[in-house]
Amino acid sequence: MIALLLRRLAQGVVIVWLVATLTFLLLHLAPGDPVSATLTDPLTPPAVREYWIHRLGLDLPLHQQYWHYLLSIAGGGFGFSFPHHRPVSAVLAEALPNTLLLMGVAIVLAFTIGIVLGVVQARRKGKPIDWGLSIGSLFFYSMPDFWLALMMLLVFAYWLRLFPASGMFDPVMYGLMGPWARAVDRLWHLVLPAATLALLVTAAVARFQRSALLEVARQDFARTARAKGLDERAVVWRHSLRNALLPVITLFGLALPALLGGSVFVESVFSWPGMGTLTVNAISTRDYQLLTAVVIVTSVLVVLGNLIADLLYAWADPRVRLEE
Amino acid sequence: MSSSRVAAWVLCTVLTVALCRWLERAGARAGDDAGPWRRALARFHHDRVAMVALWLVVAASMVAALAPWLAPYSPTATPDIVELKNLPPSFAHFMGTDFASRDVFSRLLYGARVSLSIALLAILLSATVGTLYGAAAGYYGGRVDAVMMRIIDAALSVPRILLLITLLVLWGAVPVAALIVVLGFTGWFGVSRLVRAEVLALKERDMVVAARALGARDRDIILRHILPNVVSPVVVAATLGIANVIVIEAGLSYLGIGVRPPLPSWGNMIQDGVSQIATVWWVSLFPGLAIVATVMAFNIIGDGLRDALDPRQLDG
Repeated sequence: MIALLLRRLAQGVVIVWLVATLTFLLLHLAPGDPVSATLTDPLTPPAVREYWIHRLGLDLPLHQQYWHYLLSIAGGGFGFSFPHHRPVSAVLAEALPNTLLLMGVAIVLAFTIGIVLGVVQARRKGKPIDWGLSIGSLFFYSMPDFWLALMMLLVFAYWLRLFPASGMFDPVMYGLMGPWARAVDRLWHLVLPAATLALLVTAAVARFQRSALLEVARQDFARTARAKGLDERAVVWRHSLRNALLPVITLFGLALPALLGGSVFVESVFSWPGMGTLTVNAISTRDYQLLTAVVIVTSVLVVLGNLIADLLYAWADPRVRLEE
Repeated sequence: MSSSRVAAWVLCTVLTVALCRWLERAGARAGDDAGPWRRALARFHHDRVAMVALWLVVAASMVAALAPWLAPYSPTATPDIVELKNLPPSFAHFMGTDFASRDVFSRLLYGARVSLSIALLAILLSATVGTLYGAAAGYYGGRVDAVMMRIIDAALSVPRILLLITLLVLWGAVPVAALIVVLGFTGWFGVSRLVRAEVLALKERDMVVAARALGARDRDIILRHILPNVVSPVVVAATLGIANVIVIEAGLSYLGIGVRPPLPSWGNMIQDGVSQIATVWWVSLFPGLAIVATVMAFNIIGDGLRDALDPRQLDG
């Protein structure tokens, strides 16, 4: 188990290093540089330009720049964000918990509901309910994240006025609320973005769980369970589901990049102050430093997520553990 | 409605129906000795949902091809930005007008052209690059394979949309051709993994061993013996990939860094309605529905092809 963990960890470090190297190459292949992108005023004195070029180390030879870049990333520093007038790491440190909260809630919702839906479908394969749910999950699976977010906003925030349209808490009343009212207010603001993100992932989980269960249902132990007279409910829930959950653990790792990508749009539509909103805002301010930092932090999150998935897998499946 | 436009709609319908009927009949006639493609069509023939999806994709392609003759208005003309802006759907404008008094329905038809052709070209590029990369990794194996696959792992650990945002912000406003290239070159990682796995299995097969024993060169073995056998999984991946590229392109255009206005794409049309979504909802609703319908159709066809082309399912 420890050996497995260490090997996966080493692979993860290599992956993050590769991502960092690729973004470094992209940064230097791109036309322009952060200084000329930020100091757009043609009247900027050359001395100011030179000062920043020197301060950011852009006058060093490329291999030295690369080395400094790797060192600063390893130390958790990602340079300075001009539009925010703060170090990138400080900006990200504020946004990351909000993104993790949103994603955590969405993951729990999506996997719980998705697994149940998948089981329901597999048990009634070919019946109208299976057919309806298949079409339904394909419908959401095929939907652009930002469009679903917009429609949820339109229907639930503007037409039905059930939930607030943006932010994490009420900008006016929050300061006057007691602790309980604050908790409720935060929860209320979480509903729409979390539900949107969860809907998109639920569809994928349900599709995956259905086919995993149908695969398992053909195997010998399921037939044995049926042959000894267990009713279908017990066969599915007690015998098949345990085995069919294994591929879903893999899906957890696979779903993370999609989830992080989706949160870019969902967060920006609902003005959720997380990494996604930062990313979208960084587009118009051309904040290179922030964007590359988001890419690297995201890859770290994905690597960690996959590590967790691997460990869960080893914990759940003795065959994997014994192979080591 | 002018007579030439009526004629164009009739032609579009006739062509769609004719092509779909032809495909259906080809599927119905397929016997046991038919090739894999015929057999796939035959399976489609029995699957009502897949057939509907096929009709939808053919219809969308026809509309995209004939857009200039089908559209009632110009997609970019702004006839009267005071009187004719933000009109709700009516007889004159099926899908209303947007903030610049442009007809949403006409833009939708042209948008089909832009979005579908970008997706198609990008996926051709992705499939080619991914196949070659995966074939090389799988065929040479060993250390080369390990290094090549670690690079793929790294590339797949960053969400594609984030990678594209970073690239497009770095490179600034890119023309559509460059957008296609960028989309194509960020979409092949999955395909290459798939092809590699197939090639790893294929290269131990007798035909490849025999070809090598006869002194065939690596290049010839890959091109003549291995690649033809990975065509069907690549086609399945490409079909599902088109669905993905349509969504990704829409997302980028929505963010203002993909297809740039006034050229309509389904994504930037949705953006046109965002600032007043609460009141002028039709501007964002209809292009979104067009995306969902098309993407769903491609996903259904891709799933259907996967079931149909998987030779392991033949005995089942």
